[in-house]
Amino acid sequence: MFSPGDLLVIPFDDWINDFVRGWLVPNFRPAFRAAQVPITFVLGWLDDFFNMLPMLLTTGVFALAAWKWAGRGMAIFTLVGFAFIDMIGLWPQTMTTLAMIITSVLFCAVIGIPVGILAARSDTTWKVVRPILDIMQTIPSFVYLVPIVMLFGVGMAPGIIATIIFALPPIVRLTNLGIRNVRSDLVEAAQAFGSTGWQMLVDLQIPLAMRTIMAGLNQTLMLALSMVVIAALIGAGGLGLVVNTGLGRLDVGGATAGGVGIVILAIVLDRITQGLGEQNQTRTVSLREVLGNLIRFRGTRPVGDTEKAA
Amino acid sequence: MAAKLTVENVYKIFGNDPAGALERLANGQSKEEIFHETGQTVGVQDASFTVEEGQIFVVMGLSGSGKSTLVRMLNGLIKPSSGRILIDADDVASAAPDALRRIRREKIAMVFQHFALFPHRTIAENAAYGLKVKGVPAAERRRRALAALEQVGLTAWADSYPSDLSGGMQQRVGLARGLATDPQILLMDEPFGALDPLIRREMQDELVVLQKTLKKTIVFITHDLNEALLLGDRIAIMKDGRFVQVGTAQEIVSEPADDYVAAFVADIDRGRVFTAEDVCNDPAPVKLGESTAEDAMRAMEDLNRNALHVVDEKDKLVGVVTYQDLAAATLDNGAPDPVLEEVMITDYPTADAGQQLNELYGPASAGLPIAVTDGKDRLVGVVEPEAVFAQLSGEENGATPDAPAAPQTPQPAKQDKQEERAHV
Repeated sequence: MFSPGDLLVIPFDDWINDFVRGWLVPNFRPAFRAAQVPITFVLGWLDDFFNMLPMLLTTGVFALAAWKWAGRGMAIFTLVGFAFIDMIGLWPQTMTTLAMIITSVLFCAVIGIPVGILAARSDTTWKVVRPILDIMQTIPSFVYLVPIVMLFGVGMAPGIIATIIFALPPIVRLTNLGIRNVRSDLVEAAQAFGSTGWQMLVDLQIPLAMRTIMAGLNQTLMLALSMVVIAALIGAGGLGLVVNTGLGRLDVGGATAGGVGIVILAIVLDRITQGLGEQNQTRTVSLREVLGNLIRFRGTRPVGDTEKAA
Repeated sequence: MAAKLTVENVYKIFGNDPAGALERLANGQSKEEIFHETGQTVGVQDASFTVEEGQIFVVMGLSGSGKSTLVRMLNGLIKPSSGRILIDADDVASAAPDALRRIRREKIAMVFQHFALFPHRTIAENAAYGLKVKGVPAAERRRRALAALEQVGLTAWADSYPSDLSGGMQQRVGLARGLATDPQILLMDEPFGALDPLIRREMQDELVVLQKTLKKTIVFITHDLNEALLLGDRIAIMKDGRFVQVGTAQEIVSEPADDYVAAFVADIDRGRVFTAEDVCNDPAPVKLGESTAEDAMRAMEDLNRNALHVVDEKDKLVGVVTYQDLAAATLDNGAPDPVLEEVMITDYPTADAGQQLNELYGPASAGLPIAVTDGKDRLVGVVEPEAVFAQLSGEENGATPDAPAAPQTPQPAKQDKQEERAHV
């Protein structure tokens, strides 16, 4: 049977090799190396910070946060779960993983929210951004591990970069969605009173999209957690390394212990961030409130506690 | 009064080739033809009007008539395809974004059909939104927002959220938000359309009361002709993107420009459009002490009326005499000249010149002519009960060629009389 391959063979893999090895790596390696400096800085600082904090203090703070935003049951689960991690001897690795996750999510938010906002405000931008997000979500992460290692080397920061590529799409998509879903009559009202684009964004669109953006942040966080094992393949440490080491040595127990640690961390972080996003269902939380709640652990108003008109 | 807002030959074409559609419109093609041939939708065609300072200009039309498009062009939310929109001397249609923003902040505010309150802001913050956009400091913002809320009677809810309020209250906040920046022009896009009928009536009446003190220049959009007639100093009826008729409430109801307007007018509550003044006759009173019963009866025969009002020497209204009573008294007494005072009815109905006809049903049902007074018991006109009911049933429409012929009354003489009155 005839097939197009008989007519023409495209050396696609060679092209990519030439492009990455022959052009991208020699020309841009220093630039990429420089780009990972902020990541290394934030990650190093957070890693030191979490490993410096006494285990009981960290556990206490997480339990308190879980109690505030996810209920008493979750607080108990946090206490028991974290104690279990400590007792199986994986506390330092868990804290390293936590630092990696927070760094990844931080950079995802810093990149993803503005991109989402830009995409929401211009259909052209969205048309460009959307296929890129589709590729990021569908391409197997192993495919970009190799070029990442070539460009950034091995270690924690390249692991974070792989995680960012993997975890970025949901926050961009949901920021875009949240802002586009702000009721058009509200946008029109803001325009009718002479708002500038920036005033509209800060006063109206971001506050009203906050719940959706928080949902995106939660999704990004979960994806980042699922990348820790893969990131460990290129030199990132933490619980992923424990799992990988277990895998290499056929050490079922070690791998399972690492896995359980990841699951416990995932559950705790998921419930807390979900609770943060949905803390007030009667109205949408403002950006200031969410940031305020993230920074200091102050009491929030329970659902429906807006003073009812008599 | 000066024209605050002038709209000159404004067109809006939705589609990718407005110029082509404008050309076709100029060649006399209809909205439908243009849509079929080019896919361009004609939103508004050739709208021209002026709104005087302090007036309410109502644009009335059904959905799809282009009225919402029109009002959005007035503050630049939609850019007209051609034409000029002048607020004072600034042309909104061609204003640069900065200039447009300044006009919106300083001169023109808008009230929306579905309120468009910001759900994450308190009532006071919502009311202060226009001020916030302008950069007014927080303390003054709150003070002015509370003052605006006071005008609509919602000060007590200043720190609640919109979801705590009913629809009517939310629209009051929408109105307060519009008033807080003290704009010269207020655009109201079907503001009461989403409210239930009772609340709608209440809000309409409140707006009328507010406008007496505010004297804003208002462009009011509605699909409800009764609302248009109640509120509008001038009314434009819109159909397929163009104005079918522009005029006062009385003009629209008494002289509909075409079948379309006439069909609307057929259903309206005429009692709320016309006032006692519109149907009243010359007073022609008889004077106590000067006129005799015989004079009075002769006057009634001349004027073809059943009763005449009686005034005293100082022209103060004292009562009404009917032909029947006078005739009966003359027969009973046998005397040629009964005294007017003896047969005079002192319990007579009265009305103010500005009173709406729907308030005259009661007085009219007494069967006596209603005295229209100037508030100092001085007679300025007389409303025959028949005239009230004739006006309410729209009989004088029979004279308009396009309107369906009104049923003829069995008394041609009276019909003539009413014709005469209607054009007083």
